[in-house]
Amino acid sequence: MKKSVFLGTLTAAGVIAGAAAAATLDDVKARGKLNCGVTTGLVGFAAPDANGNWQGFDVGLCRAVAAAVLGDPDAVEFVPTTGKTRFTALASGEIDMLARNTTWTFSRDNDLKFEFTGINYYDGQGFMVPKELGVTSAKELDGATVCIQTGTTTELNLADFFRSNNMNYEPVPIETNAEAQQQYLAGACDVYTTDASGLAATRATFETPGDHVVLPEIISKEPLGPLVRHGDNEWGDIVRWTLNALIAAEELGISSANVADMAGSAGDNPEINRILGTEGNLGEMIGLEADWAVKAIQAGGNYGELFEKNIGENTPIGLSRGLNAQWTDGGLLYSPPFR
Amino acid sequence: MTAITDPPADGFKLSMLINDTRYRGLTFQFVALILLIVMMAFLGMNLVRNLAAAGLNISYGFLGEPAGYDINQTLIDYTSQSTHLRAAMVGLLNTLLVAFMACITATILGVIAGVLRLSPNWLVRKLMSVYVEAFRNVPVLIWILIIGTIVTISGANPRDFLTRGGSVEPQSELFLGMFAFTNRGFYSPALDLGPGWIVVLIALIAGIVGAVAWRWHVRRTLYNSGRLLPSWPTWVILIAPVVLAQLVLGAISLSLPDVESNNFNIQGGILIGKPLIALWLALSVYTGAFIAENVRAGILAVSKGQTEAAASLGLRPKRIMNLVVLPQALRVIIPPLISQFLNITKNSSLAIAVGYADITATLGGITLNQTGRAIETVLLLMLFYLIISLLISAVMNVYNATVALKER
Repeated sequence: MKKSVFLGTLTAAGVIAGAAAAATLDDVKARGKLNCGVTTGLVGFAAPDANGNWQGFDVGLCRAVAAAVLGDPDAVEFVPTTGKTRFTALASGEIDMLARNTTWTFSRDNDLKFEFTGINYYDGQGFMVPKELGVTSAKELDGATVCIQTGTTTELNLADFFRSNNMNYEPVPIETNAEAQQQYLAGACDVYTTDASGLAATRATFETPGDHVVLPEIISKEPLGPLVRHGDNEWGDIVRWTLNALIAAEELGISSANVADMAGSAGDNPEINRILGTEGNLGEMIGLEADWAVKAIQAGGNYGELFEKNIGENTPIGLSRGLNAQWTDGGLLYSPPFR
Repeated sequence: MTAITDPPADGFKLSMLINDTRYRGLTFQFVALILLIVMMAFLGMNLVRNLAAAGLNISYGFLGEPAGYDINQTLIDYTSQSTHLRAAMVGLLNTLLVAFMACITATILGVIAGVLRLSPNWLVRKLMSVYVEAFRNVPVLIWILIIGTIVTISGANPRDFLTRGGSVEPQSELFLGMFAFTNRGFYSPALDLGPGWIVVLIALIAGIVGAVAWRWHVRRTLYNSGRLLPSWPTWVILIAPVVLAQLVLGAISLSLPDVESNNFNIQGGILIGKPLIALWLALSVYTGAFIAENVRAGILAVSKGQTEAAASLGLRPKRIMNLVVLPQALRVIIPPLISQFLNITKNSSLAIAVGYADITATLGGITLNQTGRAIETVLLLMLFYLIISLLISAVMNVYNATVALKER
């Protein structure tokens, strides 16, 4: 089964790669739909709700791009990918962009020939353990059995962390977050490790989230962001600046509630005017309609709204902004100027 | 076919390639071969061209780089700093281990179930039918998942055995102070080889040689004089020397699982991991059901007259089965058995479903992901499976030749 999938992707990679290397924008427009790769299901980031509609933080980005390009936030075909299948899916052209809490690394950017178009979540790898173990620090995990999603950077960080602290562990490689959750709850492993945001999201779905603690150590930098294929810079720019528009919108106070008003006529702030297309011709420069950013913001709100609605402190996942606050609030979010 | 005995006098003409039945077959085969080569070349060129267009190249250089990840079951030394090639070797050995274990147990299960399916006892017969039909008709991946889940749920947590340095009263005790069945695997004592273990090993080998020699003697006596010697001395000869050597020298001691030193897991001893157990059991019972059908077919292929003739000579049913029916049935059983062994080996590639680090999980999984070298790793993976399968086939064909009907 596995092998046939590989062979399929292999031929697909061979046949499609050449054709899809350029003009993704034209392909998307012709298709009328954006193919967006997301996780197979991580509540808060990307998971179908009870009605089968995809919801989440990463999903919000896909919808914003679809709105900017096609004018319709629902014109998205969500393609669930695992840690293993995501890069082949993108390289082969099966998806136009990947928004699947994927860590931006040197080798992925250069060796795998992808282009990361920004960072939509600053994350780091953490550990979750049952409270009854009485563990308070990751340094006490010597000899533990660790559940880990295979094919991720967390796998390598984990090996490095235990090696540098002279500790032993028993890895249990697992394909998806759902399986890992099941194994962890069944006691097949003592510890579950993945990005801290993923841990929070996973814990939120437990019956008794209070019985599990996320340890204070963050052992790695995990800048998560959307990515596209190398070689199609126009398309990469669209994804990059859609994300920047959402971030800048929060900084400038443009929200889904007031964006329609603000876009109605040019206001006092020239940068807001340029983003919303009431001044200058930024839309033309990027190859989209003048109101591309308006539609992107209308799709699900600005960055802050997306965050609060999907993974913020008032949601079951309960993540604080932390590093993901605007630079004006002491965070790392800093959009280049729209000029 | 006068054309063959009577060749045309005017020699070879080009049109004969199509019109002459002697050459037509060859012509078509040649054309088909050319077409095949052209198609493969086209696909290959297409791949190379598209890879070049995407800025990628085919290179196996990554095999020499550090893998960076850990593996939970390693038969050879391996750390996260070992190379990807080493990781692939670890996976290969794990594949061979589980395939070897599953081939043996599946054969035993299959022979028992196959024989019992023909039992005169209605209940036994029907029970075996249920086994065969249930296991044969559910995909092996499902069985792997089910058995993995059952082992996880039914086993105790290793923490229940731990004393945490004497501070906690453990909820469970090791069975006989040596064994523990947990949801992470089966813990048993390891053998600690002290000075003089060579002597014990030699005693063991001597015991085996002696036992084989006794069996040979028993058989010769039976054939020459018709007298049946008892079989219990076999076991005495087999066991006595090694037990004596061990009692005298005390060379080999048991290193028991340690429940004190660690807060999470039992340390020391030998751990047969849950992934291995689940995969091994699943492959065994699944393929065992197929082998049972092969065995049944083989037995039914032996004419009933053989059984009746043996019975009329006064042989008991068990001896009829062992001496008359099974040896003849083997000729029918072995060829399909080879393909079942190959199936086990290939099905073991589903190992990642329970987290077993076989070659598909290491080379074709983690290495593929971390390096992004999909084409290279998959080609290498195919090569490995091809070699393993051909080797198994070769070995089993040699065995088949020894049991096949000798045509003189």
